[in-house]
Order: sequence, then structure tokens, then C-alpha cells
Amino acid sequence: MNMILAIFKRELRNYFATPVAYVFIVVFLVLTGVFTFYLGGFYERGQADLQPFFNYHPWLYLFLIPAISMRLWAEERKAGTIELLMTLPITTSQAVIAKFLAAWAFTSIALAFTFPIWITVNYLGDPDNLIILTSYFGSLLMAGAFLAVGSCISATTRNQVIAFIIAVVICFGFILSGFPMVLDFFKSWAPQIIVNAVSSLSFLTHFTAIERGVIDLRDLIYFASFIGCWLFANVIVVDMKKAD
Amino acid sequence: MINIEKLTKDFGPFRAVDDISFEVKKGEVLGFLGPNGAGKSTTMKMITGFITPTKGDAKICGESILDAPISVKQKIGYLPEGAPAYPDMTPFEFLHFIAEIRGFTGEDANVKVNNAIKKVNLESVIHKPIDNLSKGFKRRVGLAQAILHDPEILIMDEPTDGLDPNQKHEVRELIKQMAKEKAIVVSTHILEEVHAVCSRAIIIAQGKILFDGTPDELSARSSFHNAVNLLLETKDDALAIEAKLNTLSHASSVEHAAAGDNLIRFFVKPKKGVSILNDVNELAASNHWTVKELHVMEGQLDEVFRDITTSSSDAKGVQLT
Ligand SMILES: Nc1ncnc2c1ncn2[C@@H]1O[C@H](COP(=O)(O)OP(=O)(O)O)[C@@H](O)[C@H]1O
Ligand SMILES: [Mg+2]
Repeated sequence: MNMILAIFKRELRNYFATPVAYVFIVVFLVLTGVFTFYLGGFYERGQADLQPFFNYHPWLYLFLIPAISMRLWAEERKAGTIELLMTLPITTSQAVIAKFLAAWAFTSIALAFTFPIWITVNYLGDPDNLIILTSYFGSLLMAGAFLAVGSCISATTRNQVIAFIIAVVICFGFILSGFPMVLDFFKSWAPQIIVNAVSSLSFLTHFTAIERGVIDLRDLIYFASFIGCWLFANVIVVDMKKAD
Repeated sequence: MINIEKLTKDFGPFRAVDDISFEVKKGEVLGFLGPNGAGKSTTMKMITGFITPTKGDAKICGESILDAPISVKQKIGYLPEGAPAYPDMTPFEFLHFIAEIRGFTGEDANVKVNNAIKKVNLESVIHKPIDNLSKGFKRRVGLAQAILHDPEILIMDEPTDGLDPNQKHEVRELIKQMAKEKAIVVSTHILEEVHAVCSRAIIIAQGKILFDGTPDELSARSSFHNAVNLLLETKDDALAIEAKLNTLSHASSVEHAAAGDNLIRFFVKPKKGVSILNDVNELAASNHWTVKELHVMEGQLDEVFRDITTSSSDAKGVQLT
């Protein structure tokens, strides 16, 4: 546990050691603003909720989360510090979990900085704050899923740019599989059970469910097992590729 | 304390380490010698649990790195090749991170970090980012990290590589200081290091052990071992003097080399197991030579090293064809 905490702290501090973290948070906030107010038509809708804000989160995360996760392992492999890390008395799982949690914590910090939007909507109207809270929670879970993919991919290469691109492509797949257009395509020929399977793999399906304000056990299990599987794969990839 | 049993590592079809076995006891400093690509780093990576052997095992204080990796890693201090460290951290932060991971907290951690900093003389740079440090200081950060928990086993991959002579000397002194209570393995391709710090030397090439013995045994393999080095000031013909030296009954061969104005250096190699210093001395006196230097040589390590490591590749070449 101490080891996880030690790595977690080092990783989290590492984000803030360079201006990249601050740039990232600013970009994140600007983009959420653009998406919410311009594309989402926050004012025009005339409704006191944060739907336009949360609706764009999957698309925002698609590019921003791989940017956070790309360095997790690729950087260690490039710099050779992975040899130092993996000869300290820790297990690979502890290192994987610690790094993942640090990246997740950083994402939560960025997400927390969107609070002015929440204040705005409360100032303008009388929104259902419980729904907003569950949406934040769902958004964070989804961010964890993106990060787990990104972390695993980051361990496959020494090159952060490659890690970024591959993670974006894979995450895009997991968004698309819940997209009405894609599902319609499957519906035209595949049995319902396959359509459901494809759809249930998607971040979108589960995120929109939580976004409505209902936390269903199935959605929780989906995100938990999704993160679990990718981190498990992450451990295997690190063990396989660390010395290459 | 270190028991290496038939360690073997294949990278695909390529065998980097081939059936290596040895033992290191407390108080020993083992010099791990070999040309580049010999398999030194690969062996060390297996001992420290970074890579898994294809075959064989490494036991540290009786525990196998394969069965009890965590407990073994606690006992080892390891300086990987090139001393990697997190560039964005300062040595102070970095060493505290290592201390925390190694389970030290509070005052205990402070003491460990401060001791390590003192031992390797890092005081002047502890608050500068590691990225900005010179090569010598970076290496010291790596050393500090390796000795922080006062490990029973210390494994260092080329600890003096790329350092200037003063820094090399400091690192060797540090290793000697710690030698008594630890079992130490140091890899190097610098031969002078063997006599300077090691109590034992292993030479490997192409993944195989070619020599295992004390530094003295290693120099005894040199054809220059116990040879007499004689520097004369003379206007005479070198070949004439060489012929005279050759008449000595204990001499097996004589070589010479010009060493400056009217100076000629002679190497008189004795027959096996005999001393030739007195004979040379008497011959010089009876001929009234002007002797500038006269001493018995230890043996030339680089000659032995070349001999051992190249003859193995020849042998291999023969096998292959
Ligand atoms: N991860 C790896 N994949 C493939 N070959 C490797 C790998 N690591 C080392 N080797 C090869 O194994 C041999 C031994 O390397 P190494 O142990 O680093 O030698 P040394 O440290 O003695 O210079 C070299 O020929 C090297 O190219
Ligand atoms: Mg090496």
C-alpha cells in the first residue's frame, strides 16, 4: 500500500512539475466551454441542466485522455527508468495501479475545475443537482475507462506519439460501438443479441445511462470490469515489454 | 550470499547468456569483466529480477529471485547501466521517493537519505533537477539510490563508465569502504579496475564464463607476468643488447622498444616459474649499462583479456564452420 502511495505521489507531482499540466487544464476548460455554449446551445435550449456540457465529454476525452496517459509507461521505457522502478521491491500490479490512479486523480482535478459551469447553471435556473452529481460521477468513470486503455497502450511502445494515436483509435472504437449510426448498420443484418452486445461495449451507452441520473449496477460493473481488464492487460504488457 | 545457478537467457534465437554459474560471498567484490555485448548487463538484469531467465536461477541469501522476487529485491541495491533516474526530480526528492518505496518513513527516511547523500558527496546539488546535473553527479545519484537502504547485496553495472579519473577514484574508494559487510558485483570493461577494487574476477564473452579467479591469478596468465622491465640509457645497438639478455639461462624471450633519446626499454620474459631479476641485474652491472629503471612486472591485464576473449571467438568460429 505504501508503495502504491509513493508511486502515486511521484506520478501526480510529475504532472504538475511541467507547464503541460496547466496547459492541459486550460485547454480542457476552454474546450468544455466551447462545446457547451456554442455547439451544445446551452442558452438557446433554455433548460436548466448540464446536458450539453456532459454530452460532449466522450469526444473531449477521446483526444485529451490519451494525451494524459501516453507518457505513463512509454516515458519510463524511453528513459530507462523502468529498470529502476521494476527492480524496486514492488509488484508490476502495484506500479500499474499507482500510475493509473495518479492519472485518474489528475483527470479529476481537471474535471473539478469545471465547477463554474455548475455555478452558472444554478445561478440561471433551478437544475436537478443530483443528476449533475451523478453525471460528474459517470464522466469520471468514463475517464477511468479511457485512461485504462491509454495506460495499457502506453506500455506497448517507447514512443509517446504512437501511444497517443493508438489509444485514440481504440477509444474511438469504444465510442462508435454505441453510436446510433453504427448500431443501425448492425441492426440491418445482425440478430438483436449481437446489436446489444456491440452496444453494451460502448462507453456512450453506459455513460448516457448514468447521465440521466440513474446509477444502474450494470453500468458500474461495466466500467469496473472494463478498467479491470485493461489494467490486467497492462500488467502483462509491462512484464512482456519492459526489457525490450 | 549470491548463488547463480546455470543462468541462461535467449533473445529469440540469440543466446545472450549461456549457462553461467558462480557464487559471491560476503566481503567479496566480484569484478564482472567482458567486452561489449558479452552479456554482463543481461546477467545483472536477471539477478535483480528485471528480466526472467530462460533457464536457471539466481538465489540471494538462499531465496530465489523467481520464487520470492519482492523479498530478494529488498535485499539488493542495484545501479542499472547508465544510472537512470527521473529527470524532473531533484536528487533530494528522488532519494525520498526511493526511501518511501523501500518502506522508510519519517525521521528514519531522513536519516537514510542524508547518509546516502553524504556517502556519495551529493550535498551541493540536492535541490537541482537531475536533468541538469553533470554525468558524474547523475552517476552518484544512482549510487546513492542503490546504497540507500544499506543492502546486503550490491550490484552495479559499469559504475565508473564515463567518469573522469577523480570521479572513478572516488567511486572505487566508496566500493572498497562498503566491501566488508556486503557481497558486491561490479561490471566493467576497464581492466585497471580489477586490481583496484575486486577480490575476484570473472571474464565472460559471448555469454560464457571464460575465467574465474583472483586478480593475481589473472595477471599470472600474462606472458609478461614476472617479466623484467629494464630501461637503459645507451648509444649501443638494441639488437646487440637484446642478444646478450637472451643468453641468460632463465630468459625465455626478450623484446625491446625505443623509449626516447638514447633510451631503450627491454622486456625480459622468464621461463615458467623462475625469477630473472637477479640475473638481469648482474648482467647489467658486468656490462656497465646505465640502468634508468629495473623492476618486475605484474603482467599485462589487457593482454590476458584479449587472449582469453578472442581465443574463445576463434574456437567458436571453428565450431561453426
Ligand atoms: N532486449 C534485448 N533483445 C535482444 N537482444 C538483446 C537484448 N538485450 C541485450 N541483447 C543482446 O545481448 C547481448 C548481451 O548484451 P549485454 O548483456 O547488454 O552486454 P554487456 O552488458 O556485456 O555489454 C548483446 O549482443 C545484446 O545485443
Ligand atoms: Mg552492459
